Amino acid sequence: MGQRGVDSTSGAFPAAVSRLLRAGVTLSAVVAIGGLTLDLLRHGGDPPHYRVFVGEPAELRSVWGVLHGAAALDARALIQLGLLILIATPVARVVFSAAAFALERDRVFVALTALVLAALVYSLAGRPP
Amino acid sequence: MNTWIFTAVVCAGSVAAGVLGALTGLGGGVVIVPFLTLGLGVDIHYAVGASLVSVIATSSGAASAYFKEGFTNVRIGMFLEVATSFGAIAGAMLAGRIPTGALAVIFGIVLLSSAWLAGRPPRPEAPAPPNRLAGRLRLDGVYPTPEGPRRYSVRGVPAGFGLMFVAGALSGLLGIGSGAVKVLSMDRAMRIPFKVSTTTSNFMIGVTAAASAGVYLNRGYIDPELAAPVMLGVLLGALAGAKVLAVSSAAWLRKLFGFVVAALAVEMIYHGLTGGI
Repeated sequence: MGQRGVDSTSGAFPAAVSRLLRAGVTLSAVVAIGGLTLDLLRHGGDPPHYRVFVGEPAELRSVWGVLHGAAALDARALIQLGLLILIATPVARVVFSAAAFALERDRVFVALTALVLAALVYSLAGRPP
Repeated sequence: MNTWIFTAVVCAGSVAAGVLGALTGLGGGVVIVPFLTLGLGVDIHYAVGASLVSVIATSSGAASAYFKEGFTNVRIGMFLEVATSFGAIAGAMLAGRIPTGALAVIFGIVLLSSAWLAGRPPRPEAPAPPNRLAGRLRLDGVYPTPEGPRRYSVRGVPAGFGLMFVAGALSGLLGIGSGAVKVLSMDRAMRIPFKVSTTTSNFMIGVTAAASAGVYLNRGYIDPELAAPVMLGVLLGALAGAKVLAVSSAAWLRKLFGFVVAALAVEMIYHGLTGGI
């Protein structure tokens, strides 16, 4: 075990995870700033609406709805896309860890990682329609 | 007040919350919720949604920087994320069933205990004997010290795992990272060296928060026009706070902010009980 991967303190795995996390946060911030700017230019004069909880409209509540809205350049959906990229960043990190454990043939940790991934997917997929 | 001004106020407050969160070591989430609910009259469900998103940003940003230092133990993190992510989903589902006043009271209590936990003196470092379960999962690790790499063994695995479920549930319920409970679980229950505990806790916070973020999204708690300025502001503030910490340890500043956080906690409890939230 000269070139240990996942549990090593230096080497390719930590550097790649670092880059992945940084890229995710940066991309998310750029998309969110773009969407927010567009949104403020269009609706900046409207009063804010957060005192009473009504919940977001259906198209901003699901991954597909957000993707559709963002493709149509809807400002609120674009911001939401930025936030989704942020939420996806740790998910990508888990996928990456799963692959690393699989390369090490560590069955127990592949199973544990898959379990975490299942929880994340279940949460993001939402209730069945 | 129109949306331009509101966004600017939210952004400025979030920068301050990010700085405060970094300096106290409690994270931005615990300050942003009182700021939005008590300060701006935002409904606690939107506040918690925005806070949770900011937690993912700061955790990922910080993890990216810390990971290369070699303290983070990925195996411990990954193993405990099983507990935190399922806990987080349970907590997020519970958040919709609890009245806002009760949520505010729970928030205040958790905030108070987190501030107390973070202010406690560190546990004296004592090498733990190897543990069978930890050995089987190969959780034991090595961390860098000025005198070279040092080995450590992990114990109290079931207790730590159970506490992590609680940490996840609180994170999902309140939209915070619950770093204080995570560190408690690793540092005290599992006897993991402090620096390894804090960096691994931070590493886990993103995944924990992502697990409840999905539920929040589907429930309509994540409002883009509120969550985006909060996320950007807290991220900026946390980066600035980390710079301040790098320059000075600022023990008195930590103490002062500890009191600020405690005052916020008491106010959350008071408003929760009197129906002000």
